[in-house]
Amino acid sequence: MPLSAHIKEHPAYFHRFDALWTPSVAILDSNGDEQFRIEGYLPKDEFRAQLELALARLSFTSKQWAEAERRYASVLDRFPDSKAAPEALYWKGVSHYKATNDHTILGELPGIFRDKYPDSIWALKTLAWT
Amino acid sequence: MKVHWRKDADGALAEAKEQKKPVLIDFSAAPA
Repeated sequence: MPLSAHIKEHPAYFHRFDALWTPSVAILDSNGDEQFRIEGYLPKDEFRAQLELALARLSFTSKQWAEAERRYASVLDRFPDSKAAPEALYWKGVSHYKATNDHTILGELPGIFRDKYPDSIWALKTLAWT
Repeated sequence: MKVHWRKDADGALAEAKEQKKPVLIDFSAAPA
């Protein structure tokens, strides 16, 4: 459901949804709870990748683990060189674990990150699984 | 594809809840 909130037309929306900077995009679930936010400008492909991450996040927070895994995999497939990709890889692994209870994938992630996204902060987050 | 942007937050939230769809809020200060 796309909602436009321009500072001059609806300044109250900025207070209501805690928007402190523009451009910003907030993604709320169907209950109106915020699940994802993008603050600041991004080039088209990076923005698109972030929006796809947001959709995956919605699946994750609603505990639809298999769907979340599929959506994170889609981000990786479509935007493998984007800044969103390392985050998608991390959460894809977590979603798989949540869906299957098989922790094998978590142990594999540090190595995958070393090969693909060694400088990402998400790589550091997998070190707990080494 | 033309996007039908809602301007009323309460209406958009109610619509989203009824249709079980997420809401995307675009916060902008760009000149029209």
